[in-house]
Amino acid sequence: MNDKQLSVSAIKEGTVIDHIPSDSLFKVISILGLNKLDTLITFGNSFESKKLGKKGIIKVSNVFFSTEEINKIALVAPTAKLNIIRNFEVVEKVKVEIPDKVQGIIKCVNPKCITNHQAVTTKFTVIEKDNLKLKCHYCEKITGKDNLDMI
Amino acid sequence: MKNKSLVSITDFSKDEYLRILELAAEFEKNPTQDILKGYVVATLFFEPSTRTRLSFESAVNRLGGRIVGFSDSSSTSTSKGETLTDSIRIVSNYSDLIVMRHPLEGTARLASEVASVPIVNAGDGANQHPTQTLLDMYSIWKTQGTLDNLNIFLVGDLKYGRTVHSLLMAMSEFNSTFYFIAPDELKMPEEYKIFLDKKGLKYYECKDLTQYLGEADIVYMTRVQQERFTDPIEYERVKNVYILQRSMLKGCKENMKVLHPLPRVNEIATDVDDSPHAYYFQQALNGVYTRQAIITSILGVK
Repeated sequence: MNDKQLSVSAIKEGTVIDHIPSDSLFKVISILGLNKLDTLITFGNSFESKKLGKKGIIKVSNVFFSTEEINKIALVAPTAKLNIIRNFEVVEKVKVEIPDKVQGIIKCVNPKCITNHQAVTTKFTVIEKDNLKLKCHYCEKITGKDNLDMI
Repeated sequence: MKNKSLVSITDFSKDEYLRILELAAEFEKNPTQDILKGYVVATLFFEPSTRTRLSFESAVNRLGGRIVGFSDSSSTSTSKGETLTDSIRIVSNYSDLIVMRHPLEGTARLASEVASVPIVNAGDGANQHPTQTLLDMYSIWKTQGTLDNLNIFLVGDLKYGRTVHSLLMAMSEFNSTFYFIAPDELKMPEEYKIFLDKKGLKYYECKDLTQYLGEADIVYMTRVQQERFTDPIEYERVKNVYILQRSMLKGCKENMKVLHPLPRVNEIATDVDDSPHAYYFQQALNGVYTRQAIITSILGVK
């Protein structure tokens, strides 16, 4: 088996997450909690991509994500596409969608925000989807794409 | 407005602003009444603010209401590690309305979600201080006879000053034209300019205080604080540029009024105080009437 075959090796049942921006691959792994899963996972990064320049890809055997879980990764990987695999066949393609409201997942960038001092679930309204900007429901400060910090 | 918390200035609509201002005018004519008899208002000041607290307490006392609360959280269970949400739930049981100030941002919003009574935000860090904005609006309305189509000059620290941000948001409902007068370090943040662009409102940016002063209906002064500057030399360079002097007021419109959220340090020279344009001390008094209007409409007695 050569390297090329290994990188695209198919899975029988599960989910393939493709078109992840390279710099977000490990964030996606962390958001979906893949580091805690006891299942066969292969991932690769910095594949050439016409759209993204470089992309990452993750294949997770025997796991199917809920829409809510999928949309969580939209914050860091809005271009990601999911292929649902059954018996080696792609049975469904799913695009991630940035939700209008985000609960939990990310921290408020403002160190003086109450959510960084007490056990409060963060809540944001997405005010810009292209150049991701989230407004904190509590302190009203804007958390942007460049300072996203996962909880 | 009954039972509605006032956390952020944008919680109220344009009609609600106007209703508060009309009520404030009623209270100005007749500030001592017994309409809050039997009501208990809690004033929870997790950080000290004597001026704001006294203004609220005076507002309630003049209407016959009673006050419970504290002016310094070091004497409360907070110092034992009680969470804010627990404190608020408990105080909800003891009062009909909670006025609160807290150094952390977003606390009033959080409190409004757990309290069984309405919350009035008296300042949450650098975020919101909506009763200040409403008293500023009342001062503008009273001195200009209208809120519509005014030229509003915002001067000094436009980057961190929450009062100017809230005032901008509120006055944007009234077709104001804004003039931003600030040093480069303390310029109005981009997000507020985008907000005005979207609303189709005009604004001008300028580093010189006197250049357009003849156009002003309202000059809203704020303090340029040394701690905001990363470069102390830069502070030394600009600190005296944003001081309003009496000599600058020649050629101003007759109706022009100078406002300031106070405390003033040196950004308005004392020789302005007895000028007919000075309005900042009356502005502070207007705070009592405005807070009477806010509290009584939220409690539903007006």
